[in-house]
Amino acid sequence: MTVRVQEEDFDLGTELDALTQGNTSIGGMCSFVGLVRDMNEGSGVGGMVLEHYPGMTEKMLEEIEAEAHRRWSLQASLIIHRYGPLEPGDRIVLVAAASPHREAAFEACHFLIDWLKTKAPFWKAEQLDSGETRWVEARDGDEQAASKWR
Amino acid sequence: MKVLYFAWLRQKIGTGEEQIDPPDTVATAGQLIDWLVTRGPGYATAFKDARAVKIAVNQTFGDRETPIAANDEVAFFPPVTGG
Repeated sequence: MTVRVQEEDFDLGTELDALTQGNTSIGGMCSFVGLVRDMNEGSGVGGMVLEHYPGMTEKMLEEIEAEAHRRWSLQASLIIHRYGPLEPGDRIVLVAAASPHREAAFEACHFLIDWLKTKAPFWKAEQLDSGETRWVEARDGDEQAASKWR
Repeated sequence: MKVLYFAWLRQKIGTGEEQIDPPDTVATAGQLIDWLVTRGPGYATAFKDARAVKIAVNQTFGDRETPIAANDEVAFFPPVTGG
């Protein structure tokens, strides 16, 4: 179980290889990568700044990861979330879950990102192409996605 | 008591963190909000839409009824938008 909150980018191959290395009981790993999109709510987005709550962020991500391990038989898991200034195409978040069989890996990965979206204290301020800065608003769809795991 | 503000609450209030000493009558997070809004227009604007404000006490999600004490860390922020 690993949680990292960092400003710098991460390498997908390195991270995912490290997650399963040396554990031959793992039969499958599922990962999700969130990226900065160049468009939101009908406006062009030139970049964003991700703010978070140091201390509570790590605590919530660890709780979410622990909950995934309670619900599924996982051999390994990983959450990396970036903060600070980001540009379109940049990686924001990586979640991954590994288990003996694929069902648990798929489900746990989906759960991790759905719960992270509604429980981890991050906020995005978008720099719009118009020059305006806009705080991203929480989406009802994210709450609904998280609630299906209750 | 350490109070933290994030995202647009931080911008409206003009600071991200402050040490405060509210009166003894302030015993819950909701009562703290009611007291903070009397401190200036920035606070009043930030807490205007109370439903849009999330509360954490000692880095655990709470609500207006959550008890608070002098040594607690209380944070106010908008609904989260990470991922």
